[in-house]
Amino acid sequence: MTSASSDLQRRTIRQPRLPRWAVGATAAGLVALAVLLFAFTGFAGTVDFIVVATLLLVLGVPAASWAVEGRRKATDRLASSATLVALVLTVLPLIFVVGYVVKRGLEAFNWTFLTSEDIAGPLAAGGGIAQAVIGTLQQVLIASVIAVPIGLLVAIYITEYGSNKFSTAVRFLVDVMTGIPSIVAGLFVLAFWVLGAHQSASGFAGAIALTIIELPIIVRASEEMLRLVPGALREASYALGIAKWKTILRVIVPAASTGITTGIMLGIARVIGETAPVLLVVGNNSFINWNAFKGNQASLPVYIFQHAQSSSNYDVDRAWAAALTLILVVVILYVSARLLTRRNRLVGW
Amino acid sequence: MSAVDTTLDTASLRSGRHGHRGDAVFRAITLAAGIFVFVLLGAIAVFLVIKALPALRDNQANFWTTRTWSATNGDVHFGIAALLFGTVVTSVLALVISLPLAIGVALYIVEYAPARLSTWLGYLTDMLAAVPSVVYGLWALLYLLKHMAGLNEFLVRYFHWIPLFSNPNNQTLVYSKSIFAASIILAIMILPITAAISREVLRQVGSAQKEAALALGATRWEMVRTSLLPPSRPGIVSAAMLGLGRALGETIAVALVIGNTYTTSGRVLIPGGATIASNIANLFGEADETGRSALIASGLVLFVLTLAVNLIARYVILRAGSEEHTAI
Repeated sequence: MTSASSDLQRRTIRQPRLPRWAVGATAAGLVALAVLLFAFTGFAGTVDFIVVATLLLVLGVPAASWAVEGRRKATDRLASSATLVALVLTVLPLIFVVGYVVKRGLEAFNWTFLTSEDIAGPLAAGGGIAQAVIGTLQQVLIASVIAVPIGLLVAIYITEYGSNKFSTAVRFLVDVMTGIPSIVAGLFVLAFWVLGAHQSASGFAGAIALTIIELPIIVRASEEMLRLVPGALREASYALGIAKWKTILRVIVPAASTGITTGIMLGIARVIGETAPVLLVVGNNSFINWNAFKGNQASLPVYIFQHAQSSSNYDVDRAWAAALTLILVVVILYVSARLLTRRNRLVGW
Repeated sequence: MSAVDTTLDTASLRSGRHGHRGDAVFRAITLAAGIFVFVLLGAIAVFLVIKALPALRDNQANFWTTRTWSATNGDVHFGIAALLFGTVVTSVLALVISLPLAIGVALYIVEYAPARLSTWLGYLTDMLAAVPSVVYGLWALLYLLKHMAGLNEFLVRYFHWIPLFSNPNNQTLVYSKSIFAASIILAIMILPITAAISREVLRQVGSAQKEAALALGATRWEMVRTSLLPPSRPGIVSAAMLGLGRALGETIAVALVIGNTYTTSGRVLIPGGATIASNIANLFGEADETGRSALIASGLVLFVLTLAVNLIARYVILRAGSEEHTAI
C-alpha cells in the first residue's frame, strides 16, 4: 500500500517526459522512414506518401511517448494529433476546391467574359456571362428586398414583444425553416406560383424561392444582434418618455445595425449560389433579360450547372470561369461581412 | 417629446399607454410578420400536397415500393423506394464520414488551438460552408471523380469482404458516378455546419469543470473526455442531425456526381444511385405536367423527412436547455 502510493507519488510528480527535441526527432525519423519506404518498396504516388507519412506521424509519436511517458500521456498525444489531423482534413478540401477553381477559372476569365452574352455556342471559345450576372443580381436583390424587412420585423417581434408561447413557437419554426432544402422551396414556388397561379417562369419566381431560404438566416442574425443591445440604451430612451415603437426603430435597431448588416450579407452570400430553386422556376437564357418579372432569366449557378455537364471543353472552361466569378462574389461578401464584424461595438471582437 | 413630464409614470410606460396607438400598430405589424412564418410553412405543405395529388391519383404502381420512375402522360408508374434508399444511404454515409472530423475540428479550435489562431480557424472552416453547392458539384464532377479512382480501388482490394465495398463484376471504378462519390462530396459540404454548431456547444461548457478536471491531474484528453464531451453530447447530437438534414436535401452537387439510376443495391462504389433531390434536378427539364406533379410528390416526401429530422434536432436542443445562436 505504502509502496504503491509512493510509487504513484513519484510517477505523478516526477513523471518522465519526452523532451521537446525528442518529439521533433521522432517526427523527423518517421518522415525519413516514410521516404525510405517509398524509395525502396512498392509504395508510390504523392497522395499515398502524404497518407503514409501522416499515419506514421500520428501513430509514431504517441508510440514513442508510450514507451517513455506511459499510457495516459500517449493517449493524450494521440488525441491532440488526431484533432490536428481532423483540422487538416477539413481545410484541405477548401484549399483544393478554391485552388482548382482559381487555376481552371483563370483560363477563360477576363473582362470580355464578364461583359458579353452567351453567344459563342459549344464549339468555340468566347462568349460570356453578362446575362447570368445580371439575372443573379436581380434575383438576389428582389429576394433581399422582401426578406430583409420581414425578417427584421420577425426578429423584433421575437426579441421585443416575445415573452409568450406564440413567439417561442415562431422562433422554433424559424429554426426549422433554416433546414428546409432549397429544392423544396423551389418546388413550393413551382406549385404555388407557376402551376397554381399560372404564372410563367421568371426571375421573380426564383426570387420568391430565394426569399424563403434567406428569411430564416436574416431573422436569426438580427435576433442575435438585437439581444446584444444593452438594456441601458433602452431604459435611457424610455426615461426620456419615448414610445416603445420609436425606441425600437430609432434606438435599438440603429444600435444593432452593423451586426444586422453582417447578417444580411451572409444571407446574400448563402442564396447567391443557390441553384436548385432557380433551375426549377427561372429557367435559363443565353441573352440578357432585364425584366425579372417576365420570361426566362439566366443566372450564374444554373449557367455553371448546365455548362459543367456539357461535352464541349469550351463549355467546361466557361463553367470554371463562371464558378470563379461566383466564388469571388461570395468571398467579397463574406470578407466584408467579417470586416464589418470587427467594427461592431456590440460584439467584443 | 412634446410632453415633458416631471414625474415619470413607469406604470403607464409598461402598459403601453404612452404613445398608445403607435405601439399597438407597430406591435401588430411585427406580429403579422411572425404569423407570416406560420402561414408560409403551412402554405409550403398545403401546395405541395395539392399539386402532388394528381400524379399520385394516376399512379398505377405502388408509390412506396416501386423502384423505377416513369411519369409522363399515359405512362404513370413511379415509386419512391430507390430514391428514398439513395437519399438516406448517401446522407448517413456522409454523416458517418464527416462527424468524427467535425468533432475533431471543433475540439481543436476550442481546446487545442492557440487562442489567436482559434478565431481565424473558425472563419476558415466557416468559409467551407460559404462555397456554393454548384461549385462543389463542378469540382466533384471534373476533379474528384477522377482522383477517387485510387481510393475506390483500395477499398475494393482490401475491404471487398464488407458488402458495402464489394465489386463482384469487376466494373471499372474510374470516373465512377456512385453513391459513394455523392457521400464524399456531401460529407465535405455538411462538415462545416456540424463543426460550427459543435464548436458553439463546446464553447458553452464552463471553465470551472474543465479546470477542476485538470487540477485533479487529468491530462488534457482526459479532461476533454470527462468534463467537456458529456455535457456537450445533446448539442453535438443535434449538430449531427442538422448536418444530416442538410445532406438529405442537397441537390446540385449530388445530381452531378451520382449515377442517376434507380438502384437499391448497397454496393456504394458501383456506378448508379439517385436521391430524391438529384432526381428532381435531373428529370425536371423534360417533365410534362404529370411528370412535374410526380416530382412534387417526391419533394413532399423530402420535405416531411427533413422537417422530421430538423424537428428532432431542435427538440434535442430545447430539451437540453442550451440555446444555440448559430445562424446557419
